[in-house]
Amino acid sequence: MTLVRALVESSAPQDERIVTVRRLAIVPALNEAQTIGRVIEEIRSFDPGFEILVIDDGSTDGTRSEAERAGALVVRLPYNIGIGAAVQTGYQYARNHGFQVAVQIDGDGQHDPTELRRLLEPLAANDADMVVGSRFREESLYRAPFMRRLGSRLLAGIVTVIIRQRMTDPTSGFRGVNRRGIILFAADYPHDYPEAEANVLAFRHRLRIVEVPVSMRSREAGRSSITALGSLYYMIKVSLALFISVFRRYRALEER
Amino acid sequence: MTPLRVSIFAAIASLILLAVIFELIRSRRLQERYALLWLLTGGVILILSVWRDALRLFSDQVGIAYPPSALFVLGFLFILVVLLHYSTVISELSERNVRLAQDLALVEERLRIQERQLEKRKQTPPRLP
Repeated sequence: MTLVRALVESSAPQDERIVTVRRLAIVPALNEAQTIGRVIEEIRSFDPGFEILVIDDGSTDGTRSEAERAGALVVRLPYNIGIGAAVQTGYQYARNHGFQVAVQIDGDGQHDPTELRRLLEPLAANDADMVVGSRFREESLYRAPFMRRLGSRLLAGIVTVIIRQRMTDPTSGFRGVNRRGIILFAADYPHDYPEAEANVLAFRHRLRIVEVPVSMRSREAGRSSITALGSLYYMIKVSLALFISVFRRYRALEER
Repeated sequence: MTPLRVSIFAAIASLILLAVIFELIRSRRLQERYALLWLLTGGVILILSVWRDALRLFSDQVGIAYPPSALFVLGFLFILVVLLHYSTVISELSERNVRLAQDLALVEERLRIQERQLEKRKQTPPRLP
């Protein structure tokens, strides 16, 4: 159904500021053989100009072959190194191959590729160096479980205070960056549970951050990497990381 | 005053510790840089168990009534430092591990692309002179 709609509404960005730019879709995947093919198709039908790079973080199912069958490039990590480091591998690829724009889309089908339009717009207009897709800005219909939402709120509050800018969904992994963001994240990207910290990292490097509303889907297959017991550890770990990132010193990065 | 038997026991124990560390270094199972803290631990405990006046002076200074307890306290503190040091070593190792995996994966992807192109070139027949 979604695929059909995506095909019907198939609409590469009309904006030629984006059309002429080399752009990479980074799709981190861990055992997503069931959904990865569809995600790739949807990205392509939204905008055939995207080069699609699947980062296979040590999957034990057919994720890699499914992704290759769907025509994506696949970087296969020799063993599981965690979502943060996996995504960073994508940014390193983007840096090494001279991409101007990179977006992150989860391989589990949670992120709707047609929403990429909203991510790309501020980048194309050069209003932002990093754009984060938020489930909790006005237009969104997404309903997360209660505890998840509570934790999310708390982190949103912390990040908002640190970066002095309203952030409603700092843990969103649906984001896009320009070349500056690519250079930064290729060199330095938080591990373990990276998203919230990545916002602070970007802020400390004076990247312009814009949050845009996006709608997200419930998971189609597989399960969230965060379990019930794990979420307490998650909150503590991320809070500690955020707290420390305020006091960390950051060196300026250079294009290479 | 420290009972003599405690001193003798502590001295023997720290001598054994030092001997084991020495043997581990000699047989290259332990790098010197990771052995230094252990050597310091064994060394300090050995000195304080043999030089009993120093141990008494030290425990008086820090307010420990029973001097042999000072040996335990010192041993405990050293072990804490060693463990903390190991945590930093582990952090650095896992950091390097990740970077290695990333580089390997990116290089492997490049290699596969190259091989595919080479394969394609082989299939197109060479032009005749």
